[in-house]
Amino acid sequence: MRGRVARSAFALGSAGLVVLGIAGCNQSAPEENTAQANLKIVEQVQIDENGAEVKAAEGATAADPAGDGKATCPPVSIAMAGALNGPDAALGINIKNGVQLAIDKHNAANPGCQVQLKPFDTEGDPQKATGIAPQIVDDQYTIGLVGPAFSGETKATGTVFDQAGLVATTASATNVTLSENGWKTFFRGLANDGVQGPSVANYLKNTLAYKKICVVDDSTDYGLGLATAVRETLGPVADSSCNISVKKGDKDFSAAVTQVKGASPDAVFYSGYYSEAAPFVQQLKDGGVTATFVSADGTKDPEFVKQAGEASKDAILACPCGPATGTFAEEYSKKFGQEAGTYSVEGYDLGTILLKGIDSGAITRPALLDFVKTYDGQGLGRKYQWNDKGELTTTLIWIYKVQ
Amino acid sequence: MIQECVEQFACQAANINFNVDGLLNGFWQLTIDGLSWGAIYALVAVGYTLVFGVLRLINFAHSEIFMLGMFGAYFCLDMILGFAPSGNAYSKGIALTILYLLIAMLFAMLVSGTAAVGLEFIAYRPLRRRNARPLTFLITAIGMSFVLQEFVHFILPHIIKGYGGSNAQQPIILVQPKTQFTIFGATVSNVTLVVIAAALVLALLTDIAINRTKFGRGIRAVAQDPTTATLMGVSRERIIITTFLIGGLLAGAAAMLYTLKVPQGIIYSGGFLLGIKAFSAAVLGGIGNLRGALLGGLLLGVMENYGQAVFGTQWRDVVAFVLLVLVLLIRPTGILGESLGKARA
Repeated sequence: MRGRVARSAFALGSAGLVVLGIAGCNQSAPEENTAQANLKIVEQVQIDENGAEVKAAEGATAADPAGDGKATCPPVSIAMAGALNGPDAALGINIKNGVQLAIDKHNAANPGCQVQLKPFDTEGDPQKATGIAPQIVDDQYTIGLVGPAFSGETKATGTVFDQAGLVATTASATNVTLSENGWKTFFRGLANDGVQGPSVANYLKNTLAYKKICVVDDSTDYGLGLATAVRETLGPVADSSCNISVKKGDKDFSAAVTQVKGASPDAVFYSGYYSEAAPFVQQLKDGGVTATFVSADGTKDPEFVKQAGEASKDAILACPCGPATGTFAEEYSKKFGQEAGTYSVEGYDLGTILLKGIDSGAITRPALLDFVKTYDGQGLGRKYQWNDKGELTTTLIWIYKVQ
Repeated sequence: MIQECVEQFACQAANINFNVDGLLNGFWQLTIDGLSWGAIYALVAVGYTLVFGVLRLINFAHSEIFMLGMFGAYFCLDMILGFAPSGNAYSKGIALTILYLLIAMLFAMLVSGTAAVGLEFIAYRPLRRRNARPLTFLITAIGMSFVLQEFVHFILPHIIKGYGGSNAQQPIILVQPKTQFTIFGATVSNVTLVVIAAALVLALLTDIAINRTKFGRGIRAVAQDPTTATLMGVSRERIIITTFLIGGLLAGAAAMLYTLKVPQGIIYSGGFLLGIKAFSAAVLGGIGNLRGALLGGLLLGVMENYGQAVFGTQWRDVVAFVLLVLVLLIRPTGILGESLGKARA
């Protein structure tokens, strides 16, 4: 028995070696891919809730954290709270780095005013955030906060910051109900979930004039919520014969592809995350569907393009998050060794606003809170001015395209 | 984009359809797609069923053996054969593509086979030496499943750059899905052909190995009665290793076939659900029974595809597990019955 095992193992092994040898000689560079490897998610235009394109304000330059270089202040710090470890850490780190960049620029330009960044890791978990919020509040040097990052943790901790009078500006928590708690210290640096759905739906219907759209959701809270808003706004344009629900985690969409193909729509709106959007768009293209692929912030991630390759070309992606461009993008990637990601711009802008306040002499919590409340100025991502609930007065959605 | 459920959208249930027309219209297409999924389930199910037959152990870490096989196939294409990942399909011609696929499959089988035997050595053998209770084995299996997943999730990125981590591997696509021909109006793609053909060959070989060879006789003997088998001169330990090896090899092959179907599926958590399905397939056919596992796999693949046509895509997994419960209610030992040792197998 043993002899036989050895013999067959040997035979198998040597056969494998021979095959590998042949393959080694054949080793070739993938010539057909090099030309197309440069697909990127590129910003196009901002849209309002009616889907109309909005031009950027002429001549408005983004606030610069460096200021005039003459600011003086006692030692104060800005806190940042969000997931810095764990599966959702990417977003938290994007935000933290954005704030860090603003503070470093400020400190380098203003020797008389050195502001410190104090990051707190919540892992995006509401329970952990509840334990961390008092630490942030108890630190007397902390007069402003960028965070918490996610909606759940923001909901869990909002009251704590409200009672402490600590201004809490979030760069990424987009749940609609957060601004309805009566918190005086809550400020949202971007449009909420209730804006994105109608905006993108109107953009598809009115601006791009699509007549028939298949809306596919991934059955998550996020996906279903967004898809419902899109379907309602689209009305009859959302073809009911291809209202499809798939499941997060699915990788095989053959049934959905067949259904979409039968409807032959102008566009397919996928309401979900990039890990499913990538195989879905590829299977759609493989299945011969030529409709424009449209998705939202859950898909606006470099991974989407990486995974889907050529199939992601010309896909339209909406996001409340602003694009990282120009010197900001350069400085960011130089400093952190990676490209600025989703919400980096928001972190940078919010950090800058807090720094502006400190430079203007608002070095206590109540003073900084007042400063933010009455702030009105252009940032990298958008114009920042808040209403009494802490929502932006103008909420625009960015449209991106893979090209 | 924030995932937490905060009141507003929390309580919208997914809607359930009842669309029999969808099933009737797409019947053949659904059957063929289902068969190709079922073929993959079947190959993985063999690993569960053989180990259960010999050890009375549900090897929950088998899904991770499958997952490692996916990484093995990817590693082979990427590092050994030099295909750069890009998300776009290569076109190398039929002969070369088949050769490359074969190499990748052999490598994946090697990785999975080694991992399965290694698992046996590290996790189960020490327990057997100490006469641990069955429950200990089960917990160990679940524990090893987590260990292997988290290894790929957190440690592998530090060992091989660009491998593992939270995101799926950037795909290497060797076969662009193209329709080859149609049967009864159903399109058959090249991927489907490769998957079904390869799975058929492997299933046949395994069946011969178990039922016609000396090894197979040993496996069946140990499954039927370990003590008597030992008295008859069968080395139980060696049989156990062989069993894990066969299961691992088939899981590796299945993993390569799976990456053909789903190039974006190579991720640390990618084996879990498929493993559970394959385990269900093994139970459906009668666990411990080789042909039962093969039949169960095919049946599960086809039935869940019918199910998703009728109730909606998001109900696919529900259909699969409800089917399992229904079959077990009527036949508690599965369709073909349980024993690997009995004449049935």
